[in-house]
This record gives sequence, C-alpha cells and structure tokens, in this order.
Amino acid sequence: MRTKALLDFCDAIDATALSQAIQNNKWVVPLVQTIHILAIAAVLSSILMINLRLLKVAGLDQSLARVSDRYRPVVWWTLPLLLASGLILIIGEPARSLANYFFQLKMFLLVCVIIVTVLLQRPLKHDPLYWDSRTALAGTLAVLSMALWSGIVFAGRWIAYI
Amino acid sequence: MDLDTLLRAIEATAIATELREGESWFPWIEAIHVLAITLVVGSISIVDLRLLGWTSLDRAVGRVTATVLPCTWTAFAVAAISGALLFSSNAMTYAHNSWFLAKFVFLGLAGVNMLIFQFGVNGSVDNWGSAATPPGAARIAGALSLLFWIGVVTCGRWVGFTLQPGMGG
Repeated sequence: MRTKALLDFCDAIDATALSQAIQNNKWVVPLVQTIHILAIAAVLSSILMINLRLLKVAGLDQSLARVSDRYRPVVWWTLPLLLASGLILIIGEPARSLANYFFQLKMFLLVCVIIVTVLLQRPLKHDPLYWDSRTALAGTLAVLSMALWSGIVFAGRWIAYI
Repeated sequence: MDLDTLLRAIEATAIATELREGESWFPWIEAIHVLAITLVVGSISIVDLRLLGWTSLDRAVGRVTATVLPCTWTAFAVAAISGALLFSSNAMTYAHNSWFLAKFVFLGLAGVNMLIFQFGVNGSVDNWGSAATPPGAARIAGALSLLFWIGVVTCGRWVGFTLQPGMGG
C-alpha cells in the first residue's frame, strides 16, 4: 500500500524537527534498533518457552499455568518497549517504514500474533488446566504463534532491502 | 599465505560468490541469523537472570538450564552457520570492520565466561541450585553473560551501518 495520502503523511513526519534530529544523528537509529532487537529477543524467548510447554516438548516438570505466569508478563511488558522503539524508528525514517510493503506485512502479522496470544492465554485465567484436555488445538496455536513471530522477524529484516 | 589472501580465497568460493551476487540469498540468510541470535540471547538471559537470583526463583538452576540450554545451543548452531555464510560473502570487508571484530571479542568473552562458570561454581550446582540467591561467582557469571551478549548484539547491529553503502542497514 503506497497511497498518496500515506506518502504525504510520511513527508509531514519527515519535516518535523524530531525526525530531522533523528536523521542528523548517526547514533540514534542503530542504538534504537539494538534496543528493538534485544526486546524482540526477550519476547521471542518467552513465547518459545510457553509454546514448548504447550507442545509438551520442554518444561514438563512445571504446569502450563506456572510456565505461563513466569513468561507472560515479559511478553506484555516488553511489547510497549517494542512499540516505543519502533515508533522512534518510524519517525526517523517514515517513508522507509510506513510505505514499505514488508513493514505493512509485519504489522499485519503482529495483529495476528497478538490475537493468537490472547486466545492462548485468556482461558488459563479461569481454568489453569484448560489446554491440558485440548492438546491438538493448543499445539496448533503454539506452532502458529512461533510461525507468526518468525515471520515478524523476517519481515522486519526485509524492510531494509526494498 | 597472509590473512588477506585467505579472506579473498573465501570470497572467491562458489558459495560466497552466489551469496554475494544472487538476488535475495543475503537477506534471507540474514533474517535467519537475526532470528537465531534473538533466540540465543533471549534464552541465555533466562539462565542469566536465574543465576542473578532475579527470576524463576521457584525453580532450581539445574532445571532452568535443562529446559533452556538445548534451545540456546540449537539457536547458536543456526546463528553460527548462517553467520559463517554471511561472512564468506564479503570476508575482506567484515574482517576489516572494527565493529565486527568487537562483536567477536564479546563472543569470545561470553565463551570464556561460560567455561569458567561450567568448570567452576557450576560443579557444585546440586548444593546451591535450589537457593533463590546463588553464590557470588554464579551471580557474577550471570551478570557478565548478560553484558557480553548485549555487546554481541550491539556490535552486530553496528556492522550493518559501517559497511560500504548498499549492504542494507
């Protein structure tokens, strides 16, 4: 999607003092990208631990509810950091991000994975054993979640190439 | 044979040439490399934070490592292979980039730190692993590991900004 309105919006951001300040400082973008990647590392590894437990591959000495309690807060507390660092990168390079096909794909995958994560975590609030009796669905959602997160990382890296 | 001759020989291999000249090999492998690195750093930090006595306190250190480290090593193998491929495509440029060299200094430090932990305080993990706060040597190992891996990621990201234009920021 590269509508005129979107490109105009990018130009407007580009012209702001904040965007200019980011563009004229060669440290900000790599530094914020580093923070963004470290935050991704925290989210991805936490999701991996929950998903491996959902798939009954690892962490079987603990209940799913316990594994989820350990790692779920990392995911939800790190997401705002990802959005904030991502926002700085967008302001610094609006056209390179907002008007980029892979960025748009990344945002679509992000919405999908948030929905999958909520679907997996909500039932545990009222019934910690909910997924124990629904192995197939739990496994499918876990695999889908890993696939979507991997897609987010791939799309994120591909932004640099078009 | 001096180092530069070796680096040129690496760049001249069929696989390095294909990676360099092919349309999209590089971004694909780079994306795999980034995904693997995030899983290495994220998973090892779960162990590091347990060693520091900050998180997973209801779980013995040995149990945390038994769950997490297989993920870390698998991801590390993928990161190493994809990294070697990326390196081969422009061996000369990378080998002469200070950020790239700094990344490997941090990687080496992380390795040495791990070995010291493994052959040192981890030998008696059965005695202290259940305690919420591990002994000083284990806490230091955890803190240094976090620091070194953050160093690896930081330098790695800066490599992309300090190569010649057109290499993808």
